[in-house]
Amino acid sequence: MTKNLRVKSSEYIDETNRISFKFNGKTYHGFKGDTLASALLANNVHLVGRSFKYHRPRGIMTSGSEEPNAIVQINPGTNRTEPNVRATEVEIYEGLEASSQNCWPSVEFDIGGINNFLSPFFPAGFYYKTFMWPASFWEKYEFFIRHSAGLGKSPTSSDPDIYDHRNIHCDVLVVGAGISGILAAKNAAKNNFKTLLVEEKNELGGSTIFENNEFNKINNKTPSEWLKKEIEELKNIKNLGIKTRTSVAAYHQYNYLLARENLTDHLEAKDKTNKIRQRLLKIRAKKVILATGALERPLIFNNNDRPGIMLSSAIKKYSEFYGVACGSKNVFFTNNDSAYESAMSLYNKGINVEAIIDIREQSESKIVKKVKEAGIKIYWSHSIVDTTGYKRLNSISIMKLSNDGTSVTGSKISISCDCLGVAGGWTPAVHLYTQSGRKLKFDDEKKVFLPNQNTSEQISVGSCGGDFKIDEIIKNLNQKLKDILNINETDLDSIKIEIDHENSKRNIWLLPSDKPLGKTKPFVDYQNDATAKDIKLALREGFRSIEHVKRYTTTGMGTDQGKLGNMHALGIIADTAGVKMGELGTTTFRPPYTPLTFGTIVGRNVGKFFDIFRRTPMNDCHVENKAEFENVGQWKRAWYYPIKGETMHQAVQRESKAARESAGILDASTLGKIDIQGSDASEFLNRVYTNAWSKLAIGKCRYGLMLNEDGMVYDDGVTTRLGENHYIMTTTTGGAANVLGKLEDYLQTEWPELDVYLTSVTDHYATASLCGPNSKKILKKIIPDLDLSDENFPHMSFKEANIGSIQCRIMRISFTGEHSYEINVQASYGKDLWKKCMEAGQEFKITPYGTETMHLLRAEKGFIIVGQDTDGTMTPIDLQMDWIVSKKKYDFIGKRSLYRSDTMREDRKQLVGLLTDDPNIVLEEGAQIVSELNQSPVEMLGHVTSSYFSPNLKKSIALAVVRGGKDMIGKKLFVPMENKNINVTVANPVFYDEKNERLNA
Amino acid sequence: MFLINCPYCGERDQQEFKAGGEAHIVRPKQPTELSDDEWAEYLFMRKNIKGVQFERWNHVHGCRKWFNMVRDTSNDEIKAIYKMGEKPPSQ
Repeated sequence: MTKNLRVKSSEYIDETNRISFKFNGKTYHGFKGDTLASALLANNVHLVGRSFKYHRPRGIMTSGSEEPNAIVQINPGTNRTEPNVRATEVEIYEGLEASSQNCWPSVEFDIGGINNFLSPFFPAGFYYKTFMWPASFWEKYEFFIRHSAGLGKSPTSSDPDIYDHRNIHCDVLVVGAGISGILAAKNAAKNNFKTLLVEEKNELGGSTIFENNEFNKINNKTPSEWLKKEIEELKNIKNLGIKTRTSVAAYHQYNYLLARENLTDHLEAKDKTNKIRQRLLKIRAKKVILATGALERPLIFNNNDRPGIMLSSAIKKYSEFYGVACGSKNVFFTNNDSAYESAMSLYNKGINVEAIIDIREQSESKIVKKVKEAGIKIYWSHSIVDTTGYKRLNSISIMKLSNDGTSVTGSKISISCDCLGVAGGWTPAVHLYTQSGRKLKFDDEKKVFLPNQNTSEQISVGSCGGDFKIDEIIKNLNQKLKDILNINETDLDSIKIEIDHENSKRNIWLLPSDKPLGKTKPFVDYQNDATAKDIKLALREGFRSIEHVKRYTTTGMGTDQGKLGNMHALGIIADTAGVKMGELGTTTFRPPYTPLTFGTIVGRNVGKFFDIFRRTPMNDCHVENKAEFENVGQWKRAWYYPIKGETMHQAVQRESKAARESAGILDASTLGKIDIQGSDASEFLNRVYTNAWSKLAIGKCRYGLMLNEDGMVYDDGVTTRLGENHYIMTTTTGGAANVLGKLEDYLQTEWPELDVYLTSVTDHYATASLCGPNSKKILKKIIPDLDLSDENFPHMSFKEANIGSIQCRIMRISFTGEHSYEINVQASYGKDLWKKCMEAGQEFKITPYGTETMHLLRAEKGFIIVGQDTDGTMTPIDLQMDWIVSKKKYDFIGKRSLYRSDTMREDRKQLVGLLTDDPNIVLEEGAQIVSELNQSPVEMLGHVTSSYFSPNLKKSIALAVVRGGKDMIGKKLFVPMENKNINVTVANPVFYDEKNERLNA
Repeated sequence: MFLINCPYCGERDQQEFKAGGEAHIVRPKQPTELSDDEWAEYLFMRKNIKGVQFERWNHVHGCRKWFNMVRDTSNDEIKAIYKMGEKPPSQ
């Protein structure tokens, strides 16, 4: 039976705007302004979920982002579904659907509830202890463990929403818009600081906005009345930005904070489309004022988790702010005065309060007297020893607490109730403070961890700074504001405050029961079902570090990160181990404060914006030619050009033959190009390459190998001398940026005396590589007036020429072993160049080839690809490229390392060719190489680095690195594969045209 | 995310920069004269201090200039920034 528990009209609830929503398939009604939690409570629904481990029925416990129990799946089954959302933070809208999590078939009847009765078999570390043996069974266990892991369900189709990122710079950032935050923001903005105030809820004012304790007065008004006026005034202040529904997730160094601004989650589906759902604000603030408030603590007693057991402050908020009574027979259980304020709040609205159970011996405060006058029964020095009611609390049992608070005595009194408000004191929300890298100190009197430091860049004000009473808050806020803003007066100077100063508290981390601890369930972490006895068990088993106890018991590891119970866990550990809490420390508070969606984190970087990519100027031509593309670094390179349904293998075989038999053309625009100028350019190249450069004539090209200082091959490419003091260097496609960075590093830091200037011109030139025996004829057709004779334009030389009016640089260089030319034009002419070459080459059946064919052709010639045949452990000697290492040069990068004892070893892995005994078997790249088949274990001699079927040689060829391979030419080795062993013979890595005759063909 | 005061460009976000390891390790002028151990000292050995450390940074997505930074690695406080070739501030 649902009944309406609205108690009075609230100014925050628009009762003219009725909203229907569904929870677990059933339709309910609430009003504009309700959260899912307040609307459910108004419909007398407390049971909303099941706990993680024992599947115990759980209800709404809080009214904010600290909620551990009421986590729900929003809009289940749709592509907008979101798991693990706190019902206390969801603003309801027409059409909202939500469902309980971690229960089957329903939250009312959950099969997993059996775990609750089996709980003696599920102690802390159950999984670690149980699934250890036999080890081979792990895969079977894992299936079931995975099945029961996790709470909600992630969406299975792509997210339709738009997310965004924004950078914000401000003088002062104020986090939290309770009374402290509002006053801080107001004073900062009034003093000409560009100020931003962010608040996670949709309303400003925090808990003071419904603070109607008649004994507290600010300028003779109730705090609530006074604050409302202050909020009104905020609207007229310049320099002040306010963002509500904005939760700060992370606080990094140098006042860099990340916040999530929620823009459409509270809107109906039709109003959500084409709008940004959530925005990640990247805030850089000169000064940060933390006013994040405090979270009320529960009390830890036997069966303290039943639906209907809530925080006392939450009951007050539901009553005052949302106009909802959480129960009709209310009881409070407290260790301080704040439960009395909640009790009076209910009493004043005509809601029945049965009793207050107080573990203190007495309190003389005005609010307590008021409660006594109202005739509400108070049980001093009593504690709850048990509760009953499976899906909803129906009674509590209390007993007299001993003087030392460790046991209970006397007879048990049972009190019937349907709602219990617990008040265990307040925990400052220091999460953001600690994230910023600063330390906490423990205040023994208040039993709280407090910020240890206020600096000129950051202060904590209000209750997150340890001030809980309004007079303390205002007084300390005033001084801290003056200090951080460096001002002499604020509008807080003249505020008059009246307050009831009586403020006693009795702190007992774990309340005793009449039963032994082992027979009770005092929950510390509600979401993960960690109880006080689990923590004690962990200590008995030898865990000492708080970080270890946390992980072993999973205390504080739920989606709520233990916002409610972590302090009790620390307290219980400290009491049990006999150490002081200040010495024990806390677990680390890590971002995010509340969970973020993946959408918010990635922002716009989804789909085709996921990663940057680069296309060459000729890209359209490749698309027209139906090329398949591959990613090389950030580049999209043409991989191969299949025609008429060819497979990749067929296409590559055809392209490779064509390039050797007639003519091929490759888009080489992606090669890195660095323009090097300056009077010391030659000397610079001498120092960065292994070979000598001083004597390279103008107009000539030379291949260069670049090492790291450790002697390992780093990059390679051809560099051309354009003028006396002018070179153009080419690098590998993927290495371009790193090579430039490395060269700049040496120039700026080691050799600043060199007159050399480096400019990246990779994007400025488009390059077509013409290759094959007919390449000369094709080039002749394009540039008839250029003398292409071997005398005028020999291999490894360079010419400037014009194609029509287009200037071009032509290098006669070859990566395929064929006669070839690399033609460079200004990037914007790249497409024209490609078309001209294709047109001129038509009569020679010119064939565009992609990167795969390029790799095959160079492998036939035994040319290495840095990064494929090398892996950062190969010296030029290992590559059998001794010829390129100058013996005469005094120094170059990496030279000394070539003479280290390790790099001089004879049995290093060396580059060799491999031929399979069966010429049709193509080895797998990465396959391991051994010399023995009948030995176990057997030494791995090396691995295959490049492997192809060569159409020109009509056999399989491979490059490999093999330990001591240099001296193994002709030796038989084996490549063991899953189903067979392949016999191979070590060969010279140059398979084709060993005498380089084709270069001049 | 640090806020780094590039000596050429001014304050910029850390994502524009690249860290380049320990500073003031001078490349030996005559590497061939060094023993394996001496060369290894230059090549591999780094202090990796918890506390005040002198390090190199590069404004890689900005002016591309290298510069030096004095940073307390325990709390990421940047104590000083100075150009390449300038004398390090005394501790």
